[in-house]
Amino acid sequence: MKALAARRHDRRAPALLLLLALLLVGGAYAVLVPSSADAATTKTATADDVATGEKLFQANCATCHGASASGTASAPSLIGVGAAAVDFQVGTGRMPMQSDGPQAPSKPVVFDDEQISQLAAYVASLGVGPAIPTEDMVDPSKGDPANGMALFRTNCAMCHNAVGAGGALSQGKFAPNLWETTPTHIYEAMLTGPQSMPVFNDANLTPEEKRNIIAFIDEQGEVSPGGLDLGSIGPVSEGLWAWVVGLGLLIGISVWIGAKSS
Amino acid sequence: MSTHDPHSDVVVHGEGELPDRFDDPGLHEHKPRQADVDPKVAKRVERQVLFLFTLSILGTIGVVWAYFALPPGETPDSMRTSNVVLGVCLALSLLGIGIGGNHYIKVLMSNREYVEERHEQRSSDETREIAVQMLKDGAQDSGLSRRGALVGAGLTALALFPLAIVVPLIGNVGEDWNVRKFKHTMWKKGTRLATDPQGRPIKASDVTIGDVWHVIPDGLNELEHGKLDEKAKAIVLLVRLDPRDLKSDQSPAGETWGYDGIVAYSKVCTHVGCPVALYEQQTHHLLCPCHQSTFDVADACKVVFGPAKRPLPQLPITVDDEGYLVAQSDFHEPVGPSFWERATK
Repeated sequence: MKALAARRHDRRAPALLLLLALLLVGGAYAVLVPSSADAATTKTATADDVATGEKLFQANCATCHGASASGTASAPSLIGVGAAAVDFQVGTGRMPMQSDGPQAPSKPVVFDDEQISQLAAYVASLGVGPAIPTEDMVDPSKGDPANGMALFRTNCAMCHNAVGAGGALSQGKFAPNLWETTPTHIYEAMLTGPQSMPVFNDANLTPEEKRNIIAFIDEQGEVSPGGLDLGSIGPVSEGLWAWVVGLGLLIGISVWIGAKSS
Repeated sequence: MSTHDPHSDVVVHGEGELPDRFDDPGLHEHKPRQADVDPKVAKRVERQVLFLFTLSILGTIGVVWAYFALPPGETPDSMRTSNVVLGVCLALSLLGIGIGGNHYIKVLMSNREYVEERHEQRSSDETREIAVQMLKDGAQDSGLSRRGALVGAGLTALALFPLAIVVPLIGNVGEDWNVRKFKHTMWKKGTRLATDPQGRPIKASDVTIGDVWHVIPDGLNELEHGKLDEKAKAIVLLVRLDPRDLKSDQSPAGETWGYDGIVAYSKVCTHVGCPVALYEQQTHHLLCPCHQSTFDVADACKVVFGPAKRPLPQLPITVDDEGYLVAQSDFHEPVGPSFWERATK
């Protein structure tokens, strides 16, 4: 401790402290920023697609979801979840799940668009469920972002943050950032309620209101008028910045002013 | 016996041998700085300070230039450019003066120590006597010692005056002291549940398992006065659970407060009143964003984690003839955090 106390007076100490603080902020940012998801397209399914989809399902999904897709102790039944759920879960890379954890995060997509639509066709053939929305239903330019903001604030902002930057839930679960999510995947998530997220059916938020919400999200996350937005995750990063970097800088300057010149 | 510790200027004597007075340790030994002995260093530092002051001048010119040349405009891009350029120039302008001035004072300005002896603080006896006499004469002259009532009235006036400021100030705090308003909300028998913020009445058949609905009383959006005050008390979260997962949709007294797996709870946290709305569909847990209080919707919204002390109050619901969800009554207890008069009727 004595050696540390003596080194405290070293003239390089403030610079070192500042460097540490910056590293900490940078590291926290890198950890907190979620990975992006890729796009998927829609097309009509044929009997062929269903057959190929079933083969893909047996090879990649049946281990957890069961050979008849009716679920096992470790994974839910997929009968009646619809093509929208498959397109969302597989199209964002959440499925197939890589490891058991609090929640399946989005990661690089395993299947190509055709395989995803074949899987979706197979699961949709098992029972009636929500279908994949059309391009027109999710077009942000056709929505009203102002109405979308009012709806987002009431229904989504408590978990996904006021501008859709994402936020923490309990025990390692989290609501992801929505800026890189495609409009189709956002729509499907509202419709199917993946993982911790509740369902927002068409009576709760009409298709038009869903499109308004997509239009609002589309406006977020591009340019921050204030310069650095620190991830837009509110008091956590802002507090870290103010208390560690800001105060550290002030302390460093005070030490420099008070120190004698050599 | 006495030793001298080179790291401090205090002379340490042996135990029990404290001197009556400590010796004046005097000034530090004056050590010349590099800039004092080496003219090259002094010249270099002079250039550094010159550079910093010039930077400040350029920064100030930059602020004035950016103010006119880069207005914030209408787009986020132009706002960001304006903010960043203004901020950076302002920082240069102030930091240039601050760092330059300090650098000059620390390195170039004379740092030789000087001692200026203070004169004795106590005045001479003669001056003190004159001062006391002057005070006495003044008191005599004012005549206050003969007019006791005047002194009393004057002091009372001074003591009372602060009330003229304090009473209106405290009287205005909180505006409204009618705490009975906390005990009732807009909900009453037959009020339809409507979506927030659209105000569409909700049909029980539209609510599917795994849903979450943010609910306001029907008619709230049409209120002319106090809409936000009423909304703040009346907001409700509605979910439908698989009846197998639902442990209780009944009141403590055993009446049925839910409808076919649909239950409605106040969204105002019983801790300090934040809107509890982070609903995890799989665990049926409802989280408060402020202090992480967690309520179990499947089990009468009992607290499973966090600082809240009471379950969220349940809104008794049923359906009307047309199939819309309606309230059976108001909440059976005050919603939100505790307050002093909460327990009294």
